[in-house]
Amino acid sequence: MLNYAVKRILIGLATVLAASIVVFAMLEIVPGDPARLMLGMNATEDAVHALQEQMGLNQPLLARYFHWLGGLLTGDLGRSYTYSVPVVDLIVERVAVSLPLALISLVLSTAIALPVALYSASRRGTVADTASMGVAQIGVAIPNFWFALLLVYVFAVTLRLLPAGGFPGWNAGIWQALKALILPSIALALPQAAILARVARSALLDVLGEDYIRTARAKGLSRPGVLYRHALRNALIPILTIVGLQFAFLLAGTIIIENVFYLPGLGRLVFQAITQRDLIVVEGVVMLLVATVILINLVVDLSYAIVDPRLRNRP
Amino acid sequence: MTASPWPEGMSKAIGNRSFVVGLTITGIVAIMAVLSFVWTPYAVGTLDIAGKLKPPSWSHWLGTDHYGRDILSMIMVGSRNSIAVAFVSVAIGLAIGVPLGLWAAARGGWIDELLMRLNDLVFAFPALLSAVMITAVFGPGAINAIIAIGIFNIPVFARVARGAALSLWPREFILGARACGKGAARITIEHVLPNIANLLVVQATIQFSLGILAEAGLSYVGLGSQPPMPSWGRMLFEAQTMIGLAPHMALFPGLAIVITVLGLNLLGDGLRDVLDPRLRRER
Amino acid sequence: MAPLLNIKDLRLTIGGVPVLNGIDLAIEPGEIRALVGESGSGKSMTALSVMKLLPNGARAGGQIRFNGTDILAASETEMCRLRGDDIGMVFQEPMTALNPMKTIGEQVAEGIRLHTGASRAVAEERTRAILDRVGLPVAKFPLGRYPHELSGGQRQRVVIAIACALKPKLLIADEPTTALDVVLQAQILQLLQDLVRDEKMGLLLISHDLAVVADVADSVTILRHGEVMDRGETTQILTEQAHPYTRQLAQASMHVPDRSRPRIAQDDGPLLSVRNVARIYPGTRTGLLARSEPTIAVDDVSFELEPGQSMALVGRSGCGKSTLARMVLALDKPTHGDIALSGRRIDNLGEAALRPARRHMQVVFQDPYGSFNPRHKAGRLVAEPLFLFDTPLSQSETRERIDTALERVGIAPKDRDKYPHEFSGGQRQRLAIARAIITEPKLVVADEPVSALDVSIRAQILDLFADLNGRLGIAYLFITHDLAVARAITDSVMVMADGRIVERGRTDEVLRHPQSDAGRALVDASPDLHRSLARRIGEQG
Repeated sequence: MLNYAVKRILIGLATVLAASIVVFAMLEIVPGDPARLMLGMNATEDAVHALQEQMGLNQPLLARYFHWLGGLLTGDLGRSYTYSVPVVDLIVERVAVSLPLALISLVLSTAIALPVALYSASRRGTVADTASMGVAQIGVAIPNFWFALLLVYVFAVTLRLLPAGGFPGWNAGIWQALKALILPSIALALPQAAILARVARSALLDVLGEDYIRTARAKGLSRPGVLYRHALRNALIPILTIVGLQFAFLLAGTIIIENVFYLPGLGRLVFQAITQRDLIVVEGVVMLLVATVILINLVVDLSYAIVDPRLRNRP
Repeated sequence: MTASPWPEGMSKAIGNRSFVVGLTITGIVAIMAVLSFVWTPYAVGTLDIAGKLKPPSWSHWLGTDHYGRDILSMIMVGSRNSIAVAFVSVAIGLAIGVPLGLWAAARGGWIDELLMRLNDLVFAFPALLSAVMITAVFGPGAINAIIAIGIFNIPVFARVARGAALSLWPREFILGARACGKGAARITIEHVLPNIANLLVVQATIQFSLGILAEAGLSYVGLGSQPPMPSWGRMLFEAQTMIGLAPHMALFPGLAIVITVLGLNLLGDGLRDVLDPRLRRER
Repeated sequence: MAPLLNIKDLRLTIGGVPVLNGIDLAIEPGEIRALVGESGSGKSMTALSVMKLLPNGARAGGQIRFNGTDILAASETEMCRLRGDDIGMVFQEPMTALNPMKTIGEQVAEGIRLHTGASRAVAEERTRAILDRVGLPVAKFPLGRYPHELSGGQRQRVVIAIACALKPKLLIADEPTTALDVVLQAQILQLLQDLVRDEKMGLLLISHDLAVVADVADSVTILRHGEVMDRGETTQILTEQAHPYTRQLAQASMHVPDRSRPRIAQDDGPLLSVRNVARIYPGTRTGLLARSEPTIAVDDVSFELEPGQSMALVGRSGCGKSTLARMVLALDKPTHGDIALSGRRIDNLGEAALRPARRHMQVVFQDPYGSFNPRHKAGRLVAEPLFLFDTPLSQSETRERIDTALERVGIAPKDRDKYPHEFSGGQRQRLAIARAIITEPKLVVADEPVSALDVSIRAQILDLFADLNGRLGIAYLFITHDLAVARAITDSVMVMADGRIVERGRTDEVLRHPQSDAGRALVDASPDLHRSLARRIGEQG
């Protein structure tokens, strides 16, 4: 178990390191001079020089990379050119919107999908199973931002129950803030729930065909008994895999949904940074999201070993 | 008499509801896209400010947008964009991912390990994030959307190909081929690839539908194809501000996406049922 | 007294296809009743009908009475109460019959708690007792073990513990030893017999192996195509063999092919010579730098095989015989030692340099389903080794070779355009042999080539091997755990244990008077119809 964990963690760290090289290199191959690109056409030579100095562009490549990497490790992502504040401060402020949004969506999607999957798998072939899988089949095909538009039209424009967009900030009170996140989380969660329900159902059905399920039935367990006591845990690995992927997807997905609802999260930040050519901010946010995705994969890998005893003794 | 697997497969396919419905929907979308090259109800470039924001009517079946453009025509032309982006990005994934996966499975050892770690690395950049980065550097456009989605498809196909190939390598017919002195490359082409082709076809339909969704998302946030070329995602973006006045502007492009993706998913499910049993039931 | 289990006119269809056409079968308390038949005879479905665990789409008619309960009319709740409490069941495949995520203690205790409502502590106590009873003492096998930490034989003991935990009145065992080697088979059969005698259980033992049945069953029912062919007291049925099908099965299971000696000019030297060969697998990595102990799969093995000679390599599963076979076939490289074919070393050659040697040695595998690429036609499959010829054959030559090879194994040449799934299991094994002989090799290595086949098919395939040996002078190296196969088809035998050859000699001598411990264990454990019947007739006086 310990070896497995250590190996996974080392691989995770190596992947983050490799990702940092990719992100750094991407912004290195910007055609032309980044400083000039950021400042635009009519910048003065002096301003360009000053920015080059600030960004350390006159230093050699490797030195700049290690300087940037050192900054990453100490939590210094540089200063935003447009906002004139440290990128870290910007990110911290925006994470307070994006992370709750992704988490709420994840919980919502799992809480909807798993019961549906269990219900469907235990009543395979019935009208209820066919109907719920039909709905899921359609749900998988719905783009979340379009679903968001429909939600806005129904609940904000027509019924006027919930705000159509904007975020009052957590200081305005938990309820006010949460209210602004309800429609975005539903828009993110339901299409994901459809995917998860389908995967979980088919994982459960695969497991229900295994020999040991027959052994358990021969022991006197009822069909539901077998489903909950034997099938669920064995189906957990594919389910966990999808949940992990979905969390990564939700984090990235907030980029789009935040634009629908005008939420001041990481997604909006990245877009504003792109339009303002604030590459330092783009670099920082992308690196943060990539590191988070890798961290999630690591957590999923480690949870495999908790679920499956066969992996515990594996190197 | 001789019985090739095809007639049997065909009759099974025709009996499979998902397959038939999926193929029909996909076929209609494809025909619509091809038709748009020679004919659309209205030219997509024509503005008609007087006739703007009209709900569906006999003259404009799906209504008009805020410039008075015909929405049906724009959906038809926009399908070209969606299909092209999804198609090329799947092709990128297949062309690079499958050989890598097959190579990793055939060689094993450190090459396998290295390729899989590289896969993990690419997986850490969801398509949207790669698109954000590529756009930040090269600016928005359809080509960059294709690259971003295509890069994300590579590890998907590499994993599918490797996993399926790994399960074939210990099979006795591969050992038999090795006992006939055939090398890894030859065995991969003669024995492994034909036996995983089914899986790849099914995965390709899935990635195709994901590609349509991703392209719509990217062009919605302005990272995909640029105006004046109409695209479904962009139409939805433009509909957003008009949602109170003209909900039909948001409804129809979205339905176009849903129906196309649904068709592809049904086709994929159907193909899996039709093609897979041969591989699985034998064991 | 009414029988414990009474099946009357049981009819079963699955998806409309008739599977059982009126089965009658009764078991008294304490009786061991064998249900024998070839694959597709419906024996497993009979057992699953009693448990009411039939696959979807199954419809049963007739009557099954168990201990006063009408099974076919019983509700699912009633069945749940019966299963695991009054009726226990043991399945064929121990490797997959246990939930990999739960400890063996949890899995045994689960049924006890479910049926008796016992507290955790009481259930644990009973679990300990039953695991001890099936030969897994808690001192060596703590309750916290997971299935993957146990061997196949040990797992089958856990499955038996689950089935017998509550001392059921009826135990159903569906081919409980088919997946195990002969020594484990003998141990598990002994365990089942002891449990049944001690607790006065009825046992329905499903088997395809008459020799096993002759050894343990009181009475036997023989099925074919869902109908009862013959039934009665075991020794009587099997000695008299009054029913033609019984006779056919018995003869097939003891079949020894006629063998004419191959006409081989004793030329210079052995065909295959293996000298001091070892294969060591490095230990798996347990830490960044640490590795577990390396595994010695084959340890300093030497032997020679003459042209036209047929030799068996026998041993229990895991003794290294398959690894040795792979090295002979140059599919794996030895760590030490050398292997030569017709005096030329092959263990140090690259793939290109191996081609002439490969032409002279071919292979037949166990599984007639897995040996073929399902997407190629028979002709192409059989022709695959022709790839080894340096100058490609013309189309007509290839065709001629394919047809000759197919004819030699008894398949009509016109079937060359069929796909493998269109052939039966036995025909597929013929195809595998056709592929092995198409290059006219001097040596064929056969890895358990008949153990997946029904007895009557197996007799035919053994005849084919004997015939090809006589006609074409092909030498065989037969890898098997089944001494009946060794006896039927080979001149000499080597016994392998723990990677070493522990005994060798003429087949009849070694099998009659084994000298080594491993050899004795194999011979003693091997079921033998004649021997079992003789013993039982002796016992009955």
